[in-house]
Amino acid sequence: MSCLVVLELENGKPNRPSLATISAAKKLSQNIDVLILDGKAKEDVAILTDAKKIYYFSSNQQDVLAEEIVDILKPLSSKYKFLLAPSGTFSKNFMPRLAANLDKQMISDVINIHDNDTFDRPIYAGNAIATVKSEESIKLITIRATAFEPFTTKTGSSEFIQLKEPEKVTFNKFLEREESKSERPDLSSASIVISGGRGIGSSENFQIIESLADKLGAAVGASRAAVDAGFISNDYQVGQTGKVVAPQLYIAIGISGAIQHLAGMKDSKVIVAINKDEEAPIFQIADYGLVGDLFSTIPEIIKLI
Amino acid sequence: MKALVAIKRVIDYNVKIRVKEDGSDVEKDNVKMSINPFDEIALEEAVRLKEKGVVNEVLVVSIGDNSVKETIRAALAIGGDRGIHIGTEGALEPLGVAKILAEICKKEAINIALLGKQAIDDDFNQTGQKLAAILNWPQVTFASKVEIKDDKAIVTREIDGGLETLEANLPVVITSDLRLNEPRYASLPNIMKAKKKEIIEMNADELNIDFKPRLKTIKITSPKERGGTVKMFSNAEDLVKTLRDKEGLIK
Ligand SMILES: Cc1cc2nc3c(=O)[nH]c(=O)nc-3n(C[C@H](O)[C@H](O)[C@H](O)COP(=O)(O)OP(=O)(O)OC[C@H]3O[C@@H](n4cnc5c(N)ncnc54)[C@H](O)[C@@H]3O)c2cc1C
Ligand SMILES: Nc1ncnc2c1ncn2[C@@H]1O[C@H](COP(=O)(O)O)[C@@H](O)[C@H]1O
Repeated sequence: MSCLVVLELENGKPNRPSLATISAAKKLSQNIDVLILDGKAKEDVAILTDAKKIYYFSSNQQDVLAEEIVDILKPLSSKYKFLLAPSGTFSKNFMPRLAANLDKQMISDVINIHDNDTFDRPIYAGNAIATVKSEESIKLITIRATAFEPFTTKTGSSEFIQLKEPEKVTFNKFLEREESKSERPDLSSASIVISGGRGIGSSENFQIIESLADKLGAAVGASRAAVDAGFISNDYQVGQTGKVVAPQLYIAIGISGAIQHLAGMKDSKVIVAINKDEEAPIFQIADYGLVGDLFSTIPEIIKLI
Repeated sequence: MKALVAIKRVIDYNVKIRVKEDGSDVEKDNVKMSINPFDEIALEEAVRLKEKGVVNEVLVVSIGDNSVKETIRAALAIGGDRGIHIGTEGALEPLGVAKILAEICKKEAINIALLGKQAIDDDFNQTGQKLAAILNWPQVTFASKVEIKDDKAIVTREIDGGLETLEANLPVVITSDLRLNEPRYASLPNIMKAKKKEIIEMNADELNIDFKPRLKTIKITSPKERGGTVKMFSNAEDLVKTLRDKEGLIK
């Protein structure tokens, strides 16, 4: 009953969602193998994941297309009962393609594992939870990382297996990537997230959010309205169709609290809402609320910490 | 060139979802139904491609019971040229839907298949990728910008780390993200015109493919509520004090 986990790396180490996926995998199998796109990370991955085998490429394959990684994974998958990956745009792109190639119905965004066949996953933006049973011979699963604790160990001894480089497909081509660089902590692993919404008003004003985040060593997030209005780039969006976060502290500033936004942050440990409208729905799920104009309250808070 | 847009009829995104007490499903009686928002964006993109002269027919396809015809009709009022309703009863899953759509893409010699990235009811985010796999076509998911040049699609996609651009050959499957465009409203004359547009009726069983669901839904439950009620502060100082001294969350 072995399990293959496709990991995502960040600065040469498995990122937090990947380590959470290892924890989920441990519930399914004690035999866990992993695949990484950059072989340089393999020693660190061995120590941090306790994987039996580590499949790697000798050069960094970060620009690999879904079509290409599927060609690599398809022959490998026959050895496994479970194929897992942390839920994110990378896995959401290749995993369904792989599943269809294997004629399997995959299970997206698992938040709870009852047994080897039965899983919980959120539907309707997290407003309902579906418990589903799968009898597929190979189960392809993406894991909602906020629902599992990151795996911790320091005792790995893995077998390293080098894979041949993925062959380029002729019908699709990677042209370029525009990565948003930030010195701040990563949204999906930060313990504090400060998010701004439409109430911030402009991209210049978003600096207020950024200065508070820097004061607290926090990551910055945003509502869809803030992203659509161009205050900040798409990868900061929290919600049903953006990132799902569950930090120790989430501070929502100038965000009304639409269900699609709540879907991405309602599992945060402590939620603080700052809004000038005391009727804003965000206060219904917040632990602490402050009614006031953000342009006066946030500078005050910054001064106090 | 021909574009296909796959549309799903879903509970409107503004409706507050209620789970049925017997745990069998969510309440669907007497709730407002709409086209899945991402599919509306995919449709808008197809219509724009037609207006630019890139595409000459926009085919709108929906799979489901008879009620989805109303959704197809609404899509024809926005600018679809022709509809196909594939009749099914009971539950559907991305794999089965993708298999059905693949048949239609082949039959209709489609060049560009546009889907939403995700249906906001089941939140699977799988069908477009599976369709591309079955047809062995390239896929570009989570698109925020689409340009068709000759027989290539240059598409910018939204990814966790930012944006990425791919160049895919046609035929291609593209799935829409929220920022691809802002969908138009149907005008009254177009709603009238749509009544005369053709909707082809077909039963899924005629296609001779296995689209039976593989996942068994054991139960549907409500998510855990967050306990407690909000504590409101009237000034920043009290809030900071609480976060520092009581919660120990900030220094
Ligand atoms: C299919 C679909 C998917 C979606 N996915 C997402 C998603 O992933 N994430 C997401 O966030 N949204 C998503 N949305 C959008 C969502 O429905 C809301 O439109 C959005 O979250 C609203 O953002 P907002 O709260 O910033 O803006 P608004 O709702 O406009 O709220 C702005 C708030 O700021 C307050 N405010 C204004 N000025 C000030 C001030 N000076 N001081 C203090 N407060 C102030 C106002 O009182 C108001 O409450 C999705 C929608 C759809 C249809
Ligand atoms: N029953 C259906 N009929 C037509 N298109 C569908 C159907 N179900 C899903 N789709 C398409 O597939 C996309 C992704 O759905 P999903 O994979 O279920 O999240 C949707 O946005 C639609 O474009």
